[in-house]
Amino acid sequence: MTNQAPRFWRSIPQRYNLSGTHCTSCNEYFFPPRNLCPNCRRGAHLEEYTFKGTGTIITYTTIYNATEDFERLTPYNLAIIQLDEGPKITGQIVSSSAGVKIGMRVRPVFRILGKEGDRGIIYYGTKFAPLLEPSCSEEKTGDK
Amino acid sequence: MRSVSIIGVGCTKFGERWDVSLRDMIAEAGVMAIEDAEITGEQIDALYVGNMSAGRFIEQEHIGALIADCAGLSRLHIPSTRVEAACASGGLALRQGVLAVASGYSDIVIAAGVEKMTDVSSGTAADALAAAADREWECFFGATFPALYAMMARLHMRRYGTTHDQMAQVAVKNHHHACMNPIAQYHMEITVDDVLKSPLVADPLHVLDCSPISDGAAAVVLAPTENARRFSEEPIKIAGSAQASDTLALHDRRDLTTLDATVHAGRAAFTQAGIEPRHVDVAEVHDCFTIGEILAIEDLGFVEKGQGGKVTEEGLTALGSSLPVNTSGGLKACGHPVGATGIKQAYEIALQLRGKAGKRQVDDAEVGLAHNVGGSGGTALVHIFTR
Repeated sequence: MTNQAPRFWRSIPQRYNLSGTHCTSCNEYFFPPRNLCPNCRRGAHLEEYTFKGTGTIITYTTIYNATEDFERLTPYNLAIIQLDEGPKITGQIVSSSAGVKIGMRVRPVFRILGKEGDRGIIYYGTKFAPLLEPSCSEEKTGDK
Repeated sequence: MRSVSIIGVGCTKFGERWDVSLRDMIAEAGVMAIEDAEITGEQIDALYVGNMSAGRFIEQEHIGALIADCAGLSRLHIPSTRVEAACASGGLALRQGVLAVASGYSDIVIAAGVEKMTDVSSGTAADALAAAADREWECFFGATFPALYAMMARLHMRRYGTTHDQMAQVAVKNHHHACMNPIAQYHMEITVDDVLKSPLVADPLHVLDCSPISDGAAAVVLAPTENARRFSEEPIKIAGSAQASDTLALHDRRDLTTLDATVHAGRAAFTQAGIEPRHVDVAEVHDCFTIGEILAIEDLGFVEKGQGGKVTEEGLTALGSSLPVNTSGGLKACGHPVGATGIKQAYEIALQLRGKAGKRQVDDAEVGLAHNVGGSGGTALVHIFTR
């Protein structure tokens, strides 16, 4: 709906990669990158950090009624994922619809996120897919 | 700081008001409040108006000057300020008015709220409302407002055993209350089954778990408590007024099943008023979605964390019980013209404390509370009212 282009190119690194910041003063990780650490504020020592990308689904929903930009995707799964380093982020889960569960382990995948009409810019970015690792038991992982 | 009281109130009918404009509605509510307070335009020192998104809904900004103009006050050149905190814009306007009078800078102040939402398609309205969430890190990935509350609901169900039926009961109760409120958008009883059979919007929330898109306006007149009886036989004292903020995005919160902004604003308002949650006789809380009311009664300290669904099912929050919540019908059934909601809450509490709430009157109501949330909890306002 809005012209998203300028805000998109301003933030290309963190759209294309899960790159954020790490405050070495308090050891908290942030995604998206923050200019100020909410713990240490001006006493912070922030450095760039690229997240491993793996994380755990904290909560999720299946969206049946979307804004105009996302109508063509309905129903789709949206989740809050806690990355292994700590920060939580919002993202779509691409998987067979039946599979999404609280506690499920996920990994990032590079996908089209949206389009500005038929001739406009295509936005790419991160969605998440189930991480199939032998130790992962979806039913038993529980809340985090 | 001076104590502040409400000396007049006014509110339009809420609903799909295709026959009237934002200008018509704000004038109607303003005139009602001014007539109720028996004041003249010359006595008004300042106007504050809560409005979230007239720019998106009717392509009109500069709402401060507009409402003074519409109210026939342009030749008095009264300072008029629009304030915005998404769905908490009305509560914020009330607080700005309270601060202006409490400080001694102004004596008579109008705090109003207005939103005209039905001139645009529901898709455009949904997108305008989504601007209260984090556009870059929530909406960009496909989040909608119902989706954010649905994710809170899902986790609340998982942690505390809250059920679909318990959430639906919030809607059933608030529709029942709205049937007794002449200004409410819906005069229609519903059942738990109706809620659960209505289409899913964002699982686990159904259409009937969600507040509607509405038009409406409300206004209150504020004065120093020491002078309030000169204007009104039944002034309502604002015993506590507090505001708190939190992260814009839901995912950045400390806890996804607690609105910390509500917790902080609630505690501050109770401390200021010198009362405790158990003293509250009637409360209007922010039930933009049914889970919102369950979170609110927990976060305001009325019940323990996790018990909100259970006590709702048991009837604690229904009219006639010990803590009637959303006697107006709440956002769910009275309607939610976002900028007007916070002022409508104060209007409802004022009617209750005056004993003028008709069929939905709470017996001997002496202490009331209004709780207004912006976005998914980035802003919260809590006001406490006494007779």
